[in-house]
Amino acid sequence: MEHVHKKVQKISFGVFSPRHMVDLAAAKIVTPELYDREGYPVDGGLMDIRLGVIDPGLKCKTCGGKLKECAGHFGYIELARPIVHIKFVRQVLDLLRSTCKFCSRILMEDGPGIKNILEKLDKVEHEEGLDQRRKQVKELIIKKSKTKSKCPHCQKKQAVVKLEKPYSFYEDDVKISPIEVRARLEKISDEDAAILGFNPKKIRPEWTVLTILQIPPVTMRPSITLESGERSEDDLTHKLGDVVRINQRLFENINAGAPEIIIEDLWDLLQYHITTYFDNSVAQLPPARHRGGQMLKTLIDRIKSKEGRIRHNLAGKRTNFSARTVISPDPMIDLNEVGVPLRIAMNLTVPEQVTAWNKAYLKKFLENGPKKYPGANYVIRSDGRRKSITEETKEEIIEEFEEGFFVERHLLNGDIAIFNRQPSLHRMSMMAHKVRILPGKTLRLNPAVCHPYNADFDGDEMNLHVPQTEEARAEAEILMLVQTQLISPRYGLSVVGCIHDGISGNYLLTKYLKIPRQEVISILFNAGVTDFTRLPKKENLTGQEIFSMVLPEDFNFKGKDKSGDEVVIEKGMLKKGVMDKANLGQESGLLLRNIFEKYGEAYTAALINRISRLGVQVATRNGFSVNISDMDVNEKTLRTIEEELAAAKKNVFDLIQQYKNSELKALPGRTLEETLEVNILTLLNQVRNSTGNAVIAEEKITTTLMMARSGSRGNVLNISQMSAIVGQQSLRGARIGEGFQQRSLPFFSRGDLGAHARGFIANNFRVGLNPAEFYFGAMLGRDSLMDTALRTPKSGYLYRRLSNAMQDLKVEYDYTVRDANKRIVQFRYGEDGLDVSKTENGIINVKKVIEEMAE
Amino acid sequence: MKKEIEELINGFKDKLPIKLLDEVREHLPANVTKTKATAIINKLFELHENAMINPGESVGLVSAESIGEPGTQMTLNTKHFGGVAEMNVTMGLPRIIEILDARKEIKTPTMEIYLRSPHNKVESVKKFAAEIKETSVADVVTEFALNVLDQSLTLHVNKELLENLNIQLGDMTSLLKKKIKTFTVEDDGIKIILTYKGKGDEIKEVHNLKAKVRKIKIKGVKGITQVLPVKRGDEYIVLTAGSNLKDILPMGNVDSAKTITNDINEIYAVLGIEAVRQAIIEEVYKVIEAQGLNINIRHIMLAADIMTVGGLVRGITRYGVVSEKASVLARASFETPDKHIINAALSGEEDYLQSVVENVMLNQPVPLGTGLPGLVTKMK
Repeated sequence: MEHVHKKVQKISFGVFSPRHMVDLAAAKIVTPELYDREGYPVDGGLMDIRLGVIDPGLKCKTCGGKLKECAGHFGYIELARPIVHIKFVRQVLDLLRSTCKFCSRILMEDGPGIKNILEKLDKVEHEEGLDQRRKQVKELIIKKSKTKSKCPHCQKKQAVVKLEKPYSFYEDDVKISPIEVRARLEKISDEDAAILGFNPKKIRPEWTVLTILQIPPVTMRPSITLESGERSEDDLTHKLGDVVRINQRLFENINAGAPEIIIEDLWDLLQYHITTYFDNSVAQLPPARHRGGQMLKTLIDRIKSKEGRIRHNLAGKRTNFSARTVISPDPMIDLNEVGVPLRIAMNLTVPEQVTAWNKAYLKKFLENGPKKYPGANYVIRSDGRRKSITEETKEEIIEEFEEGFFVERHLLNGDIAIFNRQPSLHRMSMMAHKVRILPGKTLRLNPAVCHPYNADFDGDEMNLHVPQTEEARAEAEILMLVQTQLISPRYGLSVVGCIHDGISGNYLLTKYLKIPRQEVISILFNAGVTDFTRLPKKENLTGQEIFSMVLPEDFNFKGKDKSGDEVVIEKGMLKKGVMDKANLGQESGLLLRNIFEKYGEAYTAALINRISRLGVQVATRNGFSVNISDMDVNEKTLRTIEEELAAAKKNVFDLIQQYKNSELKALPGRTLEETLEVNILTLLNQVRNSTGNAVIAEEKITTTLMMARSGSRGNVLNISQMSAIVGQQSLRGARIGEGFQQRSLPFFSRGDLGAHARGFIANNFRVGLNPAEFYFGAMLGRDSLMDTALRTPKSGYLYRRLSNAMQDLKVEYDYTVRDANKRIVQFRYGEDGLDVSKTENGIINVKKVIEEMAE
Repeated sequence: MKKEIEELINGFKDKLPIKLLDEVREHLPANVTKTKATAIINKLFELHENAMINPGESVGLVSAESIGEPGTQMTLNTKHFGGVAEMNVTMGLPRIIEILDARKEIKTPTMEIYLRSPHNKVESVKKFAAEIKETSVADVVTEFALNVLDQSLTLHVNKELLENLNIQLGDMTSLLKKKIKTFTVEDDGIKIILTYKGKGDEIKEVHNLKAKVRKIKIKGVKGITQVLPVKRGDEYIVLTAGSNLKDILPMGNVDSAKTITNDINEIYAVLGIEAVRQAIIEEVYKVIEAQGLNINIRHIMLAADIMTVGGLVRGITRYGVVSEKASVLARASFETPDKHIINAALSGEEDYLQSVVENVMLNQPVPLGTGLPGLVTKMK
């Protein structure tokens, strides 16, 4: 597996000259027939085996290579008459317009004028790029010279050249034939061509009118054999067949001295076929179609668009050694780990080179073979040949097994793999994990890493890639491992944190629980704590004491919890406060950020896992489930809600009366109707808040409330919607308007502006909604679905544009930010050269450092 | 502060940012010993060194991801009602797209006009607002009466409205006289009568006149369609719908240092490229904050910088930033590959493979991060 790596230094673009095309060609194509009666490719046909082979049995006549060995060779057709290349039509037009009809000099006087223009163009190119230069050439030279009526060199009168789309040129209503066009272009001097933007070293203007058509190798347009044994040719072959057929006809007719009209017609047809061969979506031309009416996919279609060669095959590539399946959570595996099913582990392989030191170790894999884990699927011999290991070949392979071989062994625990979930919107969408082989058929991940992947387990699938070289593995482990990605470069906080039960459990523990010592040890052991010397010698332990056991011994922290109360940790003991989302969760996690700073990434990853497991353990042992009675409210609250609703109803009624009696005062910049709507909307939203607060104010401890308070799932609004009222449904900041004549739904009388008729839901989800209310709820749901569906492609496109525009910006060794042209974009990254992911949101906290050090 | 500690801090003048040293001065306890202060400042120096960005870091892509990824979480079509009843402004994703595209016509141009100190009280601000609001003839005329026989047009003017706007009927007449040459303009104290000067019996002339007269601006600043005086902090300011920075800024009482518009291209035309860079950063950041998202300002700064490096405002589109790339393949991989390849062929362009996609296409290491350093070794 030793390679000499050559690096491509540059790619140069240009246009083939007719001479070059002929020299490059392996065959001249003269017949539209493809195969003879035996099905063998015809000599001089489009499938000529001098152009490469696509049949397994045949050998290429040019290089002798078989299928897959020979990349194919170009051929050519000699065109009976010149044809304008459709993609150069604009340039040909510009050339014709800005040069003299007779002497083919550029229609500008020699001297300082032209020199000045060239200097200006060079300046534009230097400052704004080639694209701008092209625009300026058009502006400064072509636009000016095309209006000249007299050639400054030979003093002859000039005619106006027009382009009849798509490809015919007219001069004073007389057609200029491509022969004439070509003749004029031939006469343009290299110097004049250079002024007009052609690079004379690489392209002559007349090459834009074709006399020779290059035929791509057969390997580029393979035919496929259908089940019926019939051959189906590629679209390009079809199109080229048309070209060759018409070209031959044209030759014959010219030789036979056929009337001019017939020749003109055939010539035009040939022009059409060659045009559609290049581009089948030219505006004024009917596209070439299959018999079924399906459009042919010709050259431009192959390159263009998302499915085209550039974006599909060149900028994006397919990989081997990858797996994809459904994911599921496993809080018991490490944050850095991914659970891989055995089935997948026996299919994905890692190549390992055989040396004197690991020969015996690797031999064991060979002996196990592909069907017994841990085995091996392939060996690569010293000469680079790959051999599959089967029951039959096993003996033989073991016999010749020697140093220098590579063994492609099964995936083992501890191997590095890259895990990915689409859409891969940021770098945390692809992280390296250590493999952990598990039973079952799904890929497993620690629920704490769901957030960076934006994964849940409602059927999500994820991809796993196994790096195949030592360099790739090292790079993945050092740069991409989950623990190295804990802090987001977007805002400098932890993207990984406890979720769901991980938070609920710790909240429950630190706020309410007292657990007997014996059980505490069991819980902590399950959470991954093995050292119990710090555990206070008491019969019953408080939750805070238990939680402190997972913290490092010398850790000090002062912070706030979600409700703003103080949290104090002194010497690794939680002295005050409860643990909730503000300290444990993702995107906030000040506690986690501090631990990361002090103890490093590996420790933080382990700690998140320990805390998370502790929470899950507590929740499991204590029991943590939701009951329908969680949503019950007591008599008093019920009365408050009813009172609030009645008051609101009356207030809305009053407002409407005021409006009808024209007593309402308009807000500045609003009409009366708008003012009424705004007032009602604020009023009804207040009702939802006050009834919701009445429910929360009940001193009831339910799991539902606990989840909302700890921030593990849901919020106060969800709870009040379940047990108080759902509230006003508003579409785009306004109440639900008229969908029918003067009313929102046919349940209501016309012109009703009251709360219920305009989308106010006075019931809660536990009691249930009435049909009208249900409709209003559904309207909102539908609106948000639409919003999502419309937003996704928009933001996707924005992201694509941003990444395309900014992908080559990098920090140079002198700390400037530059693009690929080495043009300075920033003198220091972010004006101060600090890395967001290494600081607290781009700030070094001086105060904290001083407080820590000065005590 | 003790002298020796001040000296110590000054010693780091070239090693640490000034702002950081100022913070040290502020927070350092007065009774701190020199050894302790040395330890603190050394620790800060170490932290700062460790927080520096690594050479080769692909900051562009990180920024693109940081702006692009939360795009999926932003809401579409949120019209924002900041404060009590302010103007409608496009917010959310559409606004971000609008800014980064550097659109010439933005959906909701607005200005925030500040007035200089004695004039920023309620009364004068209200007066000023009424002053700048664009009023055309159509706004004050209740009826346009067309007389085909005498070829004349009579404008019935709403006197009350005129008075509110503080305009005399005579002023309006003389203004119309200036603008319209082919008609005589007279007023009788209540209405304005325009009569055709020429002979002929072209009805068309009078008809066209009506359309023309309607649009004639009689007061205010062009483009300012709505005004709203609002309290901001201690002072009153004017929010407007429609924007015209060029005409507003030189006005007498306008505080030209604080008055801004949200139209990026207008800022470029009036205030120049540095102002645009700052405006892009602020406008994008405003949206992101309103959406409750958290993106570090560095990422937006980089996006603003790439849009303004050339001294012109360029949108992040195929015609803007992307068209300036040196590499043919990088441009082709974005949009309209055929156009780029053909133009490259005609000018005989060369691609030196110095950025990312070209090297991906060729299966070569990308010159970023770990792909950047090269090692030279002697082969045996």
